Amino acid sequence: MPEITSRRGLLFGAAAVSTGALLTGCTSNEPSDSKDEPAANDQPAADDKPGKQVTIGFAGPQADHGWLNAINDNAKNRAEKYSDVTLEITEGSNDTAQQIGQIETLINKKVDVLVVLPADGKALTQVGLKAMRAGIPVVNLDRIFNTPQAYRCWIGGDNYGMGLNAGHYIGEKLKGKSGARVIELAGLDNLELTKQRTQGFDDALKNYPNIKKVARQAAEFTVESGQAKMAQLLQAQSKVDALWNHDDDQGVGALRAIEQAGRDDFLMVGGAGALSAFQAIEQDDGVLKATVLYPPTMAASAIDLARALGQSKGIGGLAEFEIPSSLTLYSAVVDKTNVDQYMSTGFK
Amino acid sequence: MTQPVSPPRDSSTDKVPPAQPPAWRGMLIRADVRTLSLLGVLAALILIGGITKPDEFLDTRNLQLVLTQASVIGVVTVGMTFVIVSGGIDLSVGAIVALASVWATTVATQEYGFAGILFTAVVVGVGCGLVNGVLIAYGAMVPFIATLAMLASARGLSLQITDGKTQIVTVPSVLDLGERDAYVLGIPPLVMVFAVVTVIGWLVLNRTTFGRRTVAVGGNPEAARLAGIDVRRQRLYLYLLSGLCCGIAAFLLIILAGSGQNTNGNLYELDAIAAAIIGGTLLTGGRGTITGSVLGVLIFTTITNIFALNNLQSDVQQIAKGAIIVAAVLVQRRTASTT
Repeated sequence: MPEITSRRGLLFGAAAVSTGALLTGCTSNEPSDSKDEPAANDQPAADDKPGKQVTIGFAGPQADHGWLNAINDNAKNRAEKYSDVTLEITEGSNDTAQQIGQIETLINKKVDVLVVLPADGKALTQVGLKAMRAGIPVVNLDRIFNTPQAYRCWIGGDNYGMGLNAGHYIGEKLKGKSGARVIELAGLDNLELTKQRTQGFDDALKNYPNIKKVARQAAEFTVESGQAKMAQLLQAQSKVDALWNHDDDQGVGALRAIEQAGRDDFLMVGGAGALSAFQAIEQDDGVLKATVLYPPTMAASAIDLARALGQSKGIGGLAEFEIPSSLTLYSAVVDKTNVDQYMSTGFK
Repeated sequence: MTQPVSPPRDSSTDKVPPAQPPAWRGMLIRADVRTLSLLGVLAALILIGGITKPDEFLDTRNLQLVLTQASVIGVVTVGMTFVIVSGGIDLSVGAIVALASVWATTVATQEYGFAGILFTAVVVGVGCGLVNGVLIAYGAMVPFIATLAMLASARGLSLQITDGKTQIVTVPSVLDLGERDAYVLGIPPLVMVFAVVTVIGWLVLNRTTFGRRTVAVGGNPEAARLAGIDVRRQRLYLYLLSGLCCGIAAFLLIILAGSGQNTNGNLYELDAIAAAIIGGTLLTGGRGTITGSVLGVLIFTTITNIFALNNLQSDVQQIAKGAIIVAAVLVQRRTASTT
């Protein structure tokens, strides 16, 4: 037991150092121990070699969407890779109250590190704080908590960057074409991320005065809504040069509508990185020419970070002793030139 | 409300004549005030669409689009109308559409091609309807609760079957039905199915014993029982019918979206109920017309279409939808009290 206590103290020390003064009140158990040890260990970078046993609690989303399902798969598969990691996984939930209960159970089980993809970042902030106060560092995945005090490290995608990169890709493709018309099939409009994606897209298009965004409709991240909204958009816009669709899942429906309308007069850029989108890009026989990533591999990286946290290690390639407090993934553009590289990350 | 507490048979014979002209061409002339007011709303919408976007709205392709988009929810609404007329409610229609669509698009089912997918969709729909019907008719459960339970479990089961993944259909004969090549005389196959279901629904409700019994059960179940109607068996059949419509709708959705997903049919229950109510169906049962419900669906689809053509956002769309439901019900109150 003493070993566990000291490890937890150490972990918590690390968390407290990075998250500031608020938590120091709670670290009074072993403050000196935790502050000295990182330097003494020289914080080696985490690698594949088995290290100290770490139990990671994972509270993920209900997998009712291809991307969310891929998140859960990525977390599970990466944890299996490590012989020193035990994954305590709760049943995925979209229900805030239920997820709070699940995280509290993980706290009571005294897992070493928590990885949480909250159903609602704001609503789950309190339980994140609770875990941190209990000495369990939290890796906040994707949907961000309200305060940095509620997590040791945040890792997620770049919604604004998705829009930006999609806009730039389309901008470059339509360069020199005067009076170019672009349309946008957005995701669920009541999600903050949808607004960020649209903002990034609009900002990118400002660099290309020859392009005008002529229409935007919001779908619901589902195939059915993608088909329905796209069919309407195409009817409304008889002449289009490019389309940006926020999500590859609804893109399955959007592509279906495009096919049904017999349209092939424009280029389409998707979003997220679904396997079906990668395959279509590779085959290159339709309008879909590229997709901007919002990689579900972030869940695997979250497990890596949680393991490093649990073993008090930094990450390779960085001079820092500690893992960073936040990591934003890059929304790479995948087109025919690099699709092979990404194929294995595509989700169904 | 002028709904009779008097014997239900009278009420059905009262109600039937205005809606049963010799041919459907003559319907306009003899249709009741309610249907005329709905047609008025639809005409007004068409006018608005034609003024705001003349080129895009008044276009054959757009007409095909509106009718296609009305087809899936339209078939569901026909089944829902029967259930509501009988004094019941079916909250599980969207979930049944989802379950039927994901079950019918599993890899195993797709191996059997067109027939396999169609068969599975219909069987799953009817199966869910059977469960609803047995619980309500013989388990004496309140329809609201029984179908709410079905909503939850069918959604859960469809999530389990798909594991959150989108099941893409690879059977060409199914996909081809959604393509322009499959249109006969410019009519998409989906719209034909919708039309056939509507006509059969209208005939069954207005011209058969089954239809009269449905109205009677909804008007006054006790009186219906005393009049010799097997109320429980009638209710069982009605939920079966609703499930059957969901199965057919699921197949149409598979053709349309080219895939099965556990999110399919999201909020269909609300759309179908709203369309039926706008169409003049009483939520308390005993009155309702297929024509009204179908007009309700067309009104909603046309609004969505006009909004999309004018590039209005979904929030505005939802607000307007709410306002239209309220307005339609208020108008009906007036027409109901004057007739």
